[in-house]
Amino acid sequence: MRAGRAYAARAINTLFVANRGEIALRIIRSATKLGIETVIGVSDADLAARPTGEADKVVRLGPAPSSRSYLNIEKVVAAAKESGADAVHPGYGFLSENIKFARAVADAGMVFVGPDPSALEAMGDKLKARAVAIDAGLPVVPGDEAMTAEAAAKIAESIGYPLLIKAVAGGGGRGMKRVDRPEDLKARLGLAISEAEAAFGDGRIYLERFVERGRHVEVQVIGDGSRAIHLGTRDCSIQRRFQKLVEEAPAPNIPDDKHRAIENAAVRLAEHLRYRSAGTVEFLVDGKTFDFYFLEMNARIQVEHPVTEEVTGVDLVEQQLIIADGAPLGYQQRDIEIRGAAIEVRINAEDPASDFRPSPGRVTRAAWPAGEGVRVDSHVRSGDTIPPNYDSLIGKLVVHGATRDEAVERLSAALRSLRVEGVMTTAPLHARIMADPRFKAGGVDTRFFEELADG
Amino acid sequence: MAEDLPLSPEDVEEIVAILSKSDYKTLDIETSRFRLRVSSDGKGWTQEWMPLGAEAPASGGSAPTDVQSSDDGLLAITAPLPGAFYRAPQPGAPPFVEVGDKVNPDTVVAIIETMKLMNPVHAGVDGEIAEIIPQNAEHIEAHATLMKVKPP
Repeated sequence: MRAGRAYAARAINTLFVANRGEIALRIIRSATKLGIETVIGVSDADLAARPTGEADKVVRLGPAPSSRSYLNIEKVVAAAKESGADAVHPGYGFLSENIKFARAVADAGMVFVGPDPSALEAMGDKLKARAVAIDAGLPVVPGDEAMTAEAAAKIAESIGYPLLIKAVAGGGGRGMKRVDRPEDLKARLGLAISEAEAAFGDGRIYLERFVERGRHVEVQVIGDGSRAIHLGTRDCSIQRRFQKLVEEAPAPNIPDDKHRAIENAAVRLAEHLRYRSAGTVEFLVDGKTFDFYFLEMNARIQVEHPVTEEVTGVDLVEQQLIIADGAPLGYQQRDIEIRGAAIEVRINAEDPASDFRPSPGRVTRAAWPAGEGVRVDSHVRSGDTIPPNYDSLIGKLVVHGATRDEAVERLSAALRSLRVEGVMTTAPLHARIMADPRFKAGGVDTRFFEELADG
Repeated sequence: MAEDLPLSPEDVEEIVAILSKSDYKTLDIETSRFRLRVSSDGKGWTQEWMPLGAEAPASGGSAPTDVQSSDDGLLAITAPLPGAFYRAPQPGAPPFVEVGDKVNPDTVVAIIETMKLMNPVHAGVDGEIAEIIPQNAEHIEAHATLMKVKPP
């Protein structure tokens, strides 16, 4: 990353990192660069983890289960307050988009490194987000809320099959069900409502047209509350069960005019929300016509943020901290230049040969690739144990090339030198993807993974 | 604080760029926050992070020192791995320790060069250096007795 203008934090002296794993390490790095002291709250399972060793101070949150540590609002806020922190960075997942948490942090007199609670609220509820997007003039996928089987059948009739049932409180690909035929609707609806209730404590669902040949394209934005800019697109179409596997920037093979229109729509939404922080506006893009529809906005840093950092040279976590510190945006839109192409693959402790069964345990050796254009964001060292309590991401392998072809080549080479032993990983799957002619050509849609699996 | 900054991915990239232009195939770094080995197997470079205090896998690194007691009531500091025994960090520099010096378990008493890697040897024990056995730059085998230490 290019070094930004030198910035000295004013309001933030001590930052509490309310997360774990690679993103905790990532936050510590940018905070330290700004001269901010870091405190991390960890569960018992992470007492010996790498972020624990790299933070300036460590506070124990509680036992390994997330509900008793990383997801426990009272414990996290109390630990942050006691540590003397004046700001809290929630990372992604866990409490990052939890309005109660953001408010509790503010009520305790600390800065929440993220958007204002009002923006979290507007974007956390997928139906509200749709309404706000429509207000801001963005196209949305045809659909509506439905609580009863009768209402659902009516909506389904107007939008057609296949369709998606989504949890209003869901996000990040969770709480979605695909329905292909009218006779499956009732059963799926019941299942979706009870799952949404269990996962989010909110059983509300809505129906949306399923775009068969869709691409998942998202736009990184940053705003200071009065002004917003975009940092280009990312394509995250390679997904398994709505979970992203491969991400790249910029989205390849989209006509320039459509590309610009997508970026501008994202800025329009961010400014409409008077958005203050880094955020991501997700779109569904028709793979043939390149018509696009607003899907949702993620009001946090995303797992795949490094590809944007690689092509723009902007440190997004640093921007989050600077904006949270009360400074106006340090960039104009014309300062942002997309150089080359970057690709990220998620190395998960899962066995792709056994239906992606999680593979926690001791990593006897973790030799990550290194070299020109190669970046690895990982908290996993040789000898570390991957606890079974959290998600399976053990590292993100990111490459940057002058062209997309060079990036693909670089990623293939990097995967050949990667040696993670002791647990199974998704690395072999990524090697297959990099060798796939459709991926090499660029611009695959969300069915790519299914088709890859089918041979 | 500067010496203690977390390394960024760009730093790792830069280290590889420097090593690529040299004859070195491995670099070990240890600070109070982390341990890192950057190495190449001839085909590609890798970065391997290790917990502090953990035993390094494979060759090299700061292998733990073997401490054994000998018949004369003195403790022996033995070589963690085979290689060239050096008493000083570089030619002409004063030796790490002399006979009569007090040491603690973390005191670096020598280095052993193995396959182009400089491996520090820690005393591993409290006491006073009583005897230094190999000559400077002498080749020694793994587990060879390097020094004898009089316990406090």
